[in-house]
Amino acid sequence: MIANLGLAALWFAAALAFLQLVAGGLAVRNPGHPLQGIVRPVAVVQGLLVTVSFLILVWLFCVTDLSVALVAKNSHSAKPWLYKFAGTWGNHEGSMLLWVMVMGLAGAFLALIERRLPERTMLATLFAQAFVSLGFYSFLLFASNPFARNNPVPAEGMGLNPLLQDPGLAFHPPTLYFGYVGLSIAFSFAVGALLTREVGPTFAKAMRPWVLGAWIFLTIGITAGSYWAYYELGWGGWWFWDPVENASLMPWLAATALLHSVSVLASRNALRTWTIMLGVVAFSMSMVGTFLVRSGILTSVHAFAVDPTRGAFILALLAIYIGGALNLFALRASTISEGEQFTVTSREGALVMNNVLLSATLGVILIGTLYPLLAESLGAKVSVGPPYFNPMSAVFIIPMLVVMAIGPLLRWRRDSFARVGKMLVLPAIVTAGALALAIGAGMKVLPLLGLALGLGLLIASVLPLRGRKLRTVKLPLWGMVIAHLGVAVALIGMASESAFTREKLVAVRLGDTVQVGPWSVKLDHVSPVAGPNWTAIEANMSASYEGGKRVELHPQARSFWSPPQETNESALVTRWNGQLYVVLGEEAEDGRWQLRLWWKPFVTLIWYGGLMIALGGLLALLGRVASDIRRIVAKDKIAYRRKRQGR
Amino acid sequence: MSTQNQPPKTSSWLVWLPVMVFAGFIAVVAYNLRNPAEREVRSALIGKPLPEFSLQAAQPGQQGLSRADMADGKVRLLNIFASWCVPCAVEAPQLAELRAQGVEIVGVAMRDRPDDLAAFLARHGNPFSRIGADNLSTIQFALGSSGVPESFVIDGKGVIRYQHIGEIRPDQVPLILQKVKEAQQ
Repeated sequence: MIANLGLAALWFAAALAFLQLVAGGLAVRNPGHPLQGIVRPVAVVQGLLVTVSFLILVWLFCVTDLSVALVAKNSHSAKPWLYKFAGTWGNHEGSMLLWVMVMGLAGAFLALIERRLPERTMLATLFAQAFVSLGFYSFLLFASNPFARNNPVPAEGMGLNPLLQDPGLAFHPPTLYFGYVGLSIAFSFAVGALLTREVGPTFAKAMRPWVLGAWIFLTIGITAGSYWAYYELGWGGWWFWDPVENASLMPWLAATALLHSVSVLASRNALRTWTIMLGVVAFSMSMVGTFLVRSGILTSVHAFAVDPTRGAFILALLAIYIGGALNLFALRASTISEGEQFTVTSREGALVMNNVLLSATLGVILIGTLYPLLAESLGAKVSVGPPYFNPMSAVFIIPMLVVMAIGPLLRWRRDSFARVGKMLVLPAIVTAGALALAIGAGMKVLPLLGLALGLGLLIASVLPLRGRKLRTVKLPLWGMVIAHLGVAVALIGMASESAFTREKLVAVRLGDTVQVGPWSVKLDHVSPVAGPNWTAIEANMSASYEGGKRVELHPQARSFWSPPQETNESALVTRWNGQLYVVLGEEAEDGRWQLRLWWKPFVTLIWYGGLMIALGGLLALLGRVASDIRRIVAKDKIAYRRKRQGR
Repeated sequence: MSTQNQPPKTSSWLVWLPVMVFAGFIAVVAYNLRNPAEREVRSALIGKPLPEFSLQAAQPGQQGLSRADMADGKVRLLNIFASWCVPCAVEAPQLAELRAQGVEIVGVAMRDRPDDLAAFLARHGNPFSRIGADNLSTIQFALGSSGVPESFVIDGKGVIRYQHIGEIRPDQVPLILQKVKEAQQ
């Protein structure tokens, strides 16, 4: 009964999206059309209805309503409630409904608050948004109905992938979805602007908060996802160049480029077509990523829906949206004027460099991700891994780091290297010193460059604050400084992890002690433990850092029984200067236990850096939104005064 | 380098480049979707005779297990297990139930030690008529089994009729009984 209600709400929402599409389209073609007035309210109601539908699905999961096929397939009455709740989107249909809900809410929010764009561009944007949403509605309703029923009702559900039984799951996918969907708004803005040819600072300022917001969520999503893979998969690595990781990294790179170019457009009215192009590309990358994951066309831990029909459906949507937008771009690009001029040595010049390098990195990763597909269609099976991705992306990322150090110090329009050169003496010395030390220590090339550039960038990032009163520095500038600092911090963490990690793979008896880096780790005893839906062998271990106080560790080898699967729960000890990472393996025949231990100096900086990048974005967003609110309030005051004077 | 620069310039053919690249992408991907690679692991052994094997007894003084023991006209359940395997302990009551229903069960103990095995059987009961010791995982590989526990229904001619991956849960006992019955016909 409740499930039917959810389905009905979904159908209504889809119908409203269609209405929004038709009314928006008519209003864009004939300004002043009678249906123009309903576009915004329809967008709001559509957003509310799809939210209702999603909440109903959440409810069905929480009460484990097994008459719903999706619940029966993915949940289990014995599952802890958090995972029942998170299980709502831990599957194909639920995650698509979440996606559509976020999209609907974003559209509703846009319709409610955005007032500064010319109304026609706004209508074109909502028209584009409805067009995109409608595709996803039809995908849900025709190819992946989350409310499909089971008859007869099974006695028990079939569980949830135990790898996904982790608090991280409750937040990781929604975070990425907020990011992807934010980019869908940027996409709609870009398409709307292409339809009406109104590209300028106002447009950029309206689009910027969405790009920023999406980018913050993507940054957090990627950072959290990386940490999740690090501690949950038990391989000790933090990035695997897995197709799904790439699928989230590619939109992030595009969004980063877009973020910078939209700023140029907002403050300098330059880079018009380029910004539009990136707006299209950023969302295209999200869609391509979703497609690659959901169609099962690339094999990956994340591919929970290996279903060619669905793949074909998403591919059709992809072809319509991206193909359509790119065609529109090709037709209209020449009619959009390029905007203001600038020289190479200027803030804009540096941002263009950054954009080109980011796009090149994106291209390299895209090729690496798709190459196995291409090879497969030519009859060969290959996989592309770190030996390709690491050096190929470094080729572009290293110069980008240099640009990152210099760019923020340059003035808009025209500047000279001679002026900023003096400021960069210190970071240059630090970089050179670190390089010399690292070469002396015999480090590998990439960690060496990463460490040296990271340290240099650390200093260069705060230089834009030089000579300013810190109390008067505006939030967006703080945001930039902190985000760039975050890049430096993350980079240092990555380089340190790759250069200084100590690894041990040993088989030990109870009572034995293993030395790994500065740690001595003792295996005290091994005992079975039971959780709500798993049983495990747990090792009780104690570790001491350079002979200091002993810390307890409890790595587990878990067996889930619904569905049956074995996982390793690693145990971590975090210190300010790194992490001890322990994985319990199998018991050997002679009673010894396999242990895998790592000491990873400063590895945590990778994720702290990621969070700093997101924090930088958040500060910039707050700064922009605050000034938008001030502007709206000031405008209202003026209007109010005029009105009074008019009387 | 201080000339007036237009960043990404939009010449007439260049603007069509993204569309063309994208069209190429769609073509490759559509082709791959139509010709999906094999990804499902199917049990290729169903309907095949058991591979030749002969295992030592897992416990001193007991009988070992070989292929010859399995093709005497009687349907049996071959259960791959180990004393160190937690789900195997979880599965024990279901095996006891099957035994009580008249199913003969033979065991293969994977990389186990006689003492541990004896303790396991003492604690969880012994539904097995014979237990062979597979200390090198040879049988496991030969049967295409991916882990413990796993169960195979073997008919009277020594042919594999059903493979059950993972432990047998209480609600799956009727399924196993049905498979045994089918193998008897």
